Amino acid sequence: MESLGALVLLLVKILLALGVIMTAIAYMTLMERKVLAFLQVRLGPNRVGPWGLLQPLADGLKLLFKEEITVAGADRFLYLLAPGIVMVCALMPFAVVPFGKGILGESLFGIPLDQWDLGKGILADIDTGILFIFAISSLSVYGVVLGGWSSNNKYSLLGATRASAQMISYELALGLSVVGVLLLTGSLSLVKIVEDQDWILKWNCFRQPLGFLIFLIAGSAEICRTPFDFIECENELVAGYQTEYSSMKFGLFYLAEYGHLILLSSLVTTLFLGGWQGPVLPPFVWFSGKVFLMLFFFVWVRGTYPRLRYDKLMKLGWKVLLPAALVNVVATAIIYSLYLGGKA
Amino acid sequence: MIRPLIKGLELTLKHFFSPAVTVQYPEERWEPYPRYRARHVMYQREDGRPKCVVCMLCATVCPAKCIRIVGVQDAKGDQYPQVYEIDLGRCIFCGFCVEACPVNAIGMTTHYELDGESRQALLLDLEKIMRPPR
Repeated sequence: MESLGALVLLLVKILLALGVIMTAIAYMTLMERKVLAFLQVRLGPNRVGPWGLLQPLADGLKLLFKEEITVAGADRFLYLLAPGIVMVCALMPFAVVPFGKGILGESLFGIPLDQWDLGKGILADIDTGILFIFAISSLSVYGVVLGGWSSNNKYSLLGATRASAQMISYELALGLSVVGVLLLTGSLSLVKIVEDQDWILKWNCFRQPLGFLIFLIAGSAEICRTPFDFIECENELVAGYQTEYSSMKFGLFYLAEYGHLILLSSLVTTLFLGGWQGPVLPPFVWFSGKVFLMLFFFVWVRGTYPRLRYDKLMKLGWKVLLPAALVNVVATAIIYSLYLGGKA
Repeated sequence: MIRPLIKGLELTLKHFFSPAVTVQYPEERWEPYPRYRARHVMYQREDGRPKCVVCMLCATVCPAKCIRIVGVQDAKGDQYPQVYEIDLGRCIFCGFCVEACPVNAIGMTTHYELDGESRQALLLDLEKIMRPPR
């Protein structure tokens, strides 16, 4: 009986988290349009509801009612599978992102909260959280490649191939930039990483400035965010891998894109900005506030920089970020073992 | 290399906090400049007939060939137009007709909300052209 109650609580917790994430993704589209508009001295959407607050709803409805088209010559199964893969890969990593401290206490409705991480501010507190995230999120390349290949369109294929090349090259720098943090913390668990940054000067963005910078750049290249948006690249590739997609299939790609953006912001917050740590305000407020700031930063960057040239992108990835990340790892290891005596 | 990047961010942030230049169209309207060229107007003689003397200069100079004129003579031998049509669907609003007119019969107003649900609705006949809106 008790474990059944706990199961129900677990499902409720998952659904709640999923609801929050999906709402955040929907409103991220609005925030992006609004912030971009303000950066360009415009007003942005303001017709649907007060300040355009119902715009995501209208967009979703429009996508749902659009005609579902499968192009002739498309591999139907893979064509349908691709948006699913991308969406799953965008949502699954949220399971291991710690969004708060356990605040519920020992039990809720008479059900003890000691199993399945029910009392913690995280869905699944696994020891290898960061590995899990990298494993899942790098799978989304498959969604992109399959989507581009199966839609039988050369622009899609071009977009998909060069996006996958980009995502694979930046994954190295991304992974290496985190190693410094892992060395300092001595754990792969995201919860431990957050608990370790319990004071503002112990935030990893101050202890690992180079790693922070590399993570930001490689991260936004990894999720194909402007200025690294070679995946769609309107003026060269129509819309890249999603050219032939319509209706909610396109919607899934779109949601996944913003899901990745929010995931990246929460990862930056967790790894480098102290996660939910902060005084006075409750942990969840600190976490969402920091994530919001990071989201604003990414939109701000999008509103400022033009897209790179493709060869410069590869040069930046292999000749600048990768060596810098390696230097960062070596320097962190040396300082850690020589001067800090093995305890950071 | 880093400094220009930061400068760019500064500039866009400055724009973020400056007020938007958007004109909220149906509620707010843009006030055109006095010399703005939009919908045509035919001025009238004292007796209410159109001022046009059917010299055909406007129809000749018109690059879009959108002016059609049929003239008649009154008892005194003065010419005036029986038909004077401007097809706004073809007009390019260059204003050559206004410049060509020797008697200042045709002019242009700043009325820029020109729309119609058919091609016929975009045809300005003598009746419409002599009574501009507002």
